[in-house]
Amino acid sequence: MSYNINKKGYYGEFGGAFIPEMLYPNVEELRQNYLKVMAEPDFQKEFNQLLKDYVGRPSPLYFAKRLSEKYNTKIYLKREDLNHTGAHKINNTIGQILMAKRLGKHRIIAETGAGQHGVATATVCALMGLECIVYMGEIDIARQAPNVARMKMLGATVVPATSGSKTLKDATNEAIRDWINNPVDTHYIIGSVVGPHPYPDMVARFQAIVSEEIKWQLQEHEGTENPDYVVACVGGGSNAAGAYYHFLDDTNVNLIAVEAAGLGVDSGESAATSVLGREGIIHGSKTLLMQTNDGQITEPYSISAGLDYPGVGPMHAHLYKSGRAEFISITDDDAMTAGLELCKLEGIIPAIESSHALAVFEKKQFKPNDIAVVSLSGRGDKDLETYINHFKL
Amino acid sequence: MNRINQKLQEDKKLLSIYFTAGYPNINDTATIIQNLEKNGVDMIEIGLPFSDPLADGPTIQASSTQALKNGMTTDVLFNQLKDIRKTVNIPLIIMGYFNPMLQYGVEAFCQKCQEIGIDGLIIPDLPVDVYHEDYKATFDKYSLINVFLITPQTSDERIRYIDSISNGFIYMVSSASTTGAQSGFGDEQTSYFERIANMNLKNPQIIGFGISNNDTFTQATKYAKGAIIGSAFVKHVTNNGVGTIDGFINKIYFK
Repeated sequence: MSYNINKKGYYGEFGGAFIPEMLYPNVEELRQNYLKVMAEPDFQKEFNQLLKDYVGRPSPLYFAKRLSEKYNTKIYLKREDLNHTGAHKINNTIGQILMAKRLGKHRIIAETGAGQHGVATATVCALMGLECIVYMGEIDIARQAPNVARMKMLGATVVPATSGSKTLKDATNEAIRDWINNPVDTHYIIGSVVGPHPYPDMVARFQAIVSEEIKWQLQEHEGTENPDYVVACVGGGSNAAGAYYHFLDDTNVNLIAVEAAGLGVDSGESAATSVLGREGIIHGSKTLLMQTNDGQITEPYSISAGLDYPGVGPMHAHLYKSGRAEFISITDDDAMTAGLELCKLEGIIPAIESSHALAVFEKKQFKPNDIAVVSLSGRGDKDLETYINHFKL
Repeated sequence: MNRINQKLQEDKKLLSIYFTAGYPNINDTATIIQNLEKNGVDMIEIGLPFSDPLADGPTIQASSTQALKNGMTTDVLFNQLKDIRKTVNIPLIIMGYFNPMLQYGVEAFCQKCQEIGIDGLIIPDLPVDVYHEDYKATFDKYSLINVFLITPQTSDERIRYIDSISNGFIYMVSSASTTGAQSGFGDEQTSYFERIANMNLKNPQIIGFGISNNDTFTQATKYAKGAIIGSAFVKHVTNNGVGTIDGFINKIYFK
């Protein structure tokens, strides 16, 4: 069984491109070109150069000694938090901006929830001198003021999404509508492994640098390329896709996907899509999503804006359904506690998204000789206010 | 013969009206359909509301959100329509996004449509290929016509392909836009209308998106068999309720 995408754009039964005809030419242009463009030597050269000199790659694979001692196992942290702009998101936006340039696009649109992908997109647009419009839910704009300011400083226009629930899914709808209205000159930089084919695969390939580095870095540390576990949080699932990518078909490596349980999986305030979702279609992709019996998409909840998405990328839906990855849900409280623990034990303030992944060690027993690599997908600077409110700091 | 095909054979330009089911009030559905027919409308698209209508602009988004708040569901709609064929004869099409149909079960959905007397479906986010491979047989079994969209960006080759698997009409989206975005047609639209008219397609074309008044209706039907009005009608019932539909329809046919 393959866990990667097939020729028709599906992971098992998930994926595809369920898009209105108005988007067909845009998506088809991308589908026909993305692999070709990515394989061009000058694309590879420019992509790798920017990842090195601008993003600061390779990101370290750090052996977390005190954390490992506490949980009596070997824990490595893949430090995506040390990237420029503070998260893994920039790997994808660098790749997509180079793609957009080669496709002759000069107007860039993006959606953002908490603002991390918006900032990463605004950053690469500034770098390349391209117009940038970021759609963001009205509610998210109000609660993520610093990131809104960052995007504006970087020259982007932030457009509030005022439809529906006024959060990430609606921002995504608005970006898609913008693309329908601007089919020729615009490239849509989707921020996760979601959306119509080829987006999930393209974004996964741009994020695959994470697992590519883990392999040689672990070889240096441990004399083996393969850890026993790769642990990553999953909202849409781009950091997980990157961390899993080169291990997908190597079933000796266990994959753990951590979803946000919010206030609890059964509380009605949760974003644990694998538990609460059913197969359906969201943003052009057949996948698991949270919905009513009637097929209306529902609003998820998590303390972490980056995990607050009612769907999940089709790759992850397939990893779940096939049993290739183990899915674990972590509540707001447990994630926050794990985040603070990393501060105290390792001197690293993680993004709350990443804190969900760290909380797995309280929930699951690992053996002393197990090697677990955790994708530390982002830094916690953006979350200070949430940490302050939660712990009354 | 399917009512849509029959209607398309009539020697006249057709006016089709879209409305969102369950809006402004949950029980307006049958009243709107009956009033539209009474006022000479040729065909009706009944919008099954969806939480995330990607192809729609603000007017239809807002009506969909409100309709869902009013309690509209697939079952409620089917129930409201169960006796509709006792009073209404013109073609009825359900327009909706694919996920609610998928959750209902595509076969069950189609079967229910046939029972009620629905003649066709428009599902913007069900791609032509997926329809062709997975669902065409089911649609055929229940005598439902599936209507596909084309846009100014659709290549001639793809238009020919869409024409080859269509068996009713082709829904010509007037410009690169979501619904309700345009006001009036420029040179770009008319040259696109001409281009399609000259392709001599097997299926007649009906133009939608950007039709709101007598002017745009007349312009569109110069090149096509008919025109579809959606957002402008939804706006009308928002402002005037469902009792004064005759005024709106008269303005489309006569200045």
